Amino acid sequence: MKFNLRNTLKNYGIVIAFLIICALLAFMSPVFFTLNNMILVIRQTSIYGIMAVGMTFVILTGGIDLSVGSILALSGAICAGMLKSGMPLPLVLALTMAVGLGCGLFNGLVITVGRITPFVVSLGMMSIARGITLIYTKGYPISGFQPEFRFIGGGYVFGVPVPIIIFLGIVLIAFVVLTQTRLGRYTYAIGGNEETVKLSGINAGFFKSLAYVIAGLTASISALISTSRLNSGGPQAGIGYELDVIAAVVIGGTSLNGGRGSIWGTFVGALMIGVINNGMNLLGISSYFQLVVKGFIIIGAVLLDRLREQAD
Amino acid sequence: MQTLLEMVGICKSFPGVRALDKMSFDLFEGEVHALVGENGAGKSTLMKILSGLYLADEGEIRLRGKKIVVTGIRQMIDAGISVIYQELNLIQHLSVAENIFLGREPRYAGGFINWKKMYADVDRLLKPFNVDIDPRAKILSIGPAFQQVVEIAKALSLKADIIVMDEPTAPLTGNEVERLFEMINALKKSGVSIIYISHRLEELARVADRVTIIRDGSMIVTKPLSELNTEEIIRHMVGRHLSEQYPVAEIPVGAEVLRVEALTKKGVCSDVSFSVRKGEIVGFTGLVGAGRTEIMQLIYGYLKRDSGKVFIDGKETTIRNPRDAVLKGIGLIPEERKKQGLVLGLSVFDNSALTILDKFSRFGLLRMKTIGDLVRGMVAKMEIKTPTIRQQVRYLSGGNQQKVVLSKWFVRNCKVYIFDEPTRGIDVGAKVEIYKLMQNLALQGAAVIMVSSELLEIMNMSDRIEVVFSGRIVKEFKKGEASSEDVMEYALGLHSRAS
Ligand SMILES: Nc1ncnc2c1ncn2[C@@H]1O[C@H](COP(=O)(O)OP(=O)(O)OP(=O)(O)O)[C@@H](O)[C@H]1O
Ligand SMILES: [Mg+2]
Repeated sequence: MKFNLRNTLKNYGIVIAFLIICALLAFMSPVFFTLNNMILVIRQTSIYGIMAVGMTFVILTGGIDLSVGSILALSGAICAGMLKSGMPLPLVLALTMAVGLGCGLFNGLVITVGRITPFVVSLGMMSIARGITLIYTKGYPISGFQPEFRFIGGGYVFGVPVPIIIFLGIVLIAFVVLTQTRLGRYTYAIGGNEETVKLSGINAGFFKSLAYVIAGLTASISALISTSRLNSGGPQAGIGYELDVIAAVVIGGTSLNGGRGSIWGTFVGALMIGVINNGMNLLGISSYFQLVVKGFIIIGAVLLDRLREQAD
Repeated sequence: MQTLLEMVGICKSFPGVRALDKMSFDLFEGEVHALVGENGAGKSTLMKILSGLYLADEGEIRLRGKKIVVTGIRQMIDAGISVIYQELNLIQHLSVAENIFLGREPRYAGGFINWKKMYADVDRLLKPFNVDIDPRAKILSIGPAFQQVVEIAKALSLKADIIVMDEPTAPLTGNEVERLFEMINALKKSGVSIIYISHRLEELARVADRVTIIRDGSMIVTKPLSELNTEEIIRHMVGRHLSEQYPVAEIPVGAEVLRVEALTKKGVCSDVSFSVRKGEIVGFTGLVGAGRTEIMQLIYGYLKRDSGKVFIDGKETTIRNPRDAVLKGIGLIPEERKKQGLVLGLSVFDNSALTILDKFSRFGLLRMKTIGDLVRGMVAKMEIKTPTIRQQVRYLSGGNQQKVVLSKWFVRNCKVYIFDEPTRGIDVGAKVEIYKLMQNLALQGAAVIMVSSELLEIMNMSDRIEVVFSGRIVKEFKKGEASSEDVMEYALGLHSRAS
């Protein structure tokens, strides 16, 4: 019996914590549980939720990607520029995603071929992508797009906001990839023991690089949504997003050591971050103070992970 | 003789597993007491309870007649109990000396570490083993056998009254094993009591005074060794009669599958040439550090060779990395299961399926059912003791982990299988199963290479024996052509030309 309770807490701890926070917020702010606010939360969540999906792959391999916020800014800015130049929409979408993919590929190749730690490479990319964004935009936002494009961030299908649909779609795809494909299984295995994977005759470097490609790709998809919603692509976009994104993944129970975690955890983790952000806004907590709170949350989540590992 | 230690009615359960069920065990002062049983019988768990690593669910531990309430590892070390765990527990990035004296480094009055004394002490501790280990070398740079020696030295340096050795000889070859026996006898004379766990039953006669046999977590029998013969021990262990330890099979030998020519890597091996044919099992033997493992890793593309050629089915092939090797039909079952063979945090299923995922996907999606059936079949055949195939392999007993490493490759069809110490840590009953599976591979037309430190296994299971000394193949024997003594002489380098 005692053991069962422990296991339940271990497996559903995040969900329980999430529900408790929701209940507290509902109690403290009458607005929180309204349909409008709920939709708002999920819609805001979708932007870094999508990136968190990509980050889950990276962290599962035992790596980290600090550059996702900058990749979002770069893809967003290039997207905005292309839209302004009157390029056809499908081409813009494809090229924007190609930008994210390319940045991710660069990360992945330097990490695997150059054998440099992900922390350093992605830190470098964080600066590179941000720098190129600033050069490209000359420091000013590019705004005002055609209505078709604005549909991505602001439209509805059957009353459901498009970003939410994209988010859920990506979560589902990621779930299938992680559980039902080679890429997914290898991702876990690489995070657990890369040496074993190599000796099993698997091209570990290739699959590891793919994780960064996916992270880059999801960052550029988020860029599309964010650019469309704000009706502007600017050099300041996505600053500090890596914090929320990594927090979502870690809160979701994915181990920073790699090899352990799930996409559903990340999904709940992202919602949790969304709810906390939203709740703090509703309660009128200043944005400076919010940063402090979030910092503590991320450290707390890692600490929890450590305790969980020790309990094993 | 006086009873030093008693463990009575010990019970311990893990999720889905009852590891120990009213287990009893006692130890006299100054005796060597062997603890034997099948893989997963509960030997290591019992020792982890003794060391304070696990707390028993039920039962009592008495030391010199006094009941002790176990609070943790520290307390048991202070009580004079020192354990050499089955799974090596050294810190990879620290030196040999630092590992041995971790937390007890000799220091100057000022608090600075006295490295000179530390290295000298280590040299003194290692001396009786007559091995060439540099106290300054990092653990990760020395092989598993030397790591085991370091573990033993560390336990000795603690000056314990009770030393537990959980499969100390598993990574060792004849020479080091002899040294270990000498040390055990010396320890015994000085009044130290030793609990000795091993799957190599022939060793018991050399060291043990009494034997306890454990099956499914319970004590079956405790007797002086003189009152038991090997057959009886095996029968008590596996609960049935075992007809043969080394199965015999008539396997037709076919065309040459693998040929290696003049394989050379500086400081590792030179001019290694041999070939293996369809249906053949070729055994590689030699001392620890002779270069057997490295030769195999060179063929497999895990190490880079300086020169030499590898032919498969008569055609020269380039193998730059393990991936190439696997695509060309070679499978290597590595020596170090935790570091190279397993992903500890993944399940039995995921580990066993790792080598075959590329073969079973449709439209990018894995055919989970087919893979699951294959894996389940292999788990059953190998009698892997696990509550479900979803269990993380880290929770399996050592021998069962080894079985997972093997199943991983048994499920994939290869032309050449290279087994590096395949039966390390595996009980007598399961060994027979593994030999049969190897013979089965050969029968289906595979070429099998078996690297092993167990001379008996090499003598009985190989069609040909290649003896490696100091990076060279110094002698080849056909089956039945040589006695173990002959093989040992070549392994020791007694017949190699002075170079
Ligand atoms: N931490 C754990 N969690 C879950 N199950 C465990 C754990 N440790 C051991 N077990 C299980 O308890 C049983 C006994 O394991 P133990 O390691 O004591 O076996 P053993 O006799 O040492 O076997 P071997 O000869 O293979 O080393 C096994 O079935 C094993 O799977
Ligand atoms: Mg054991």
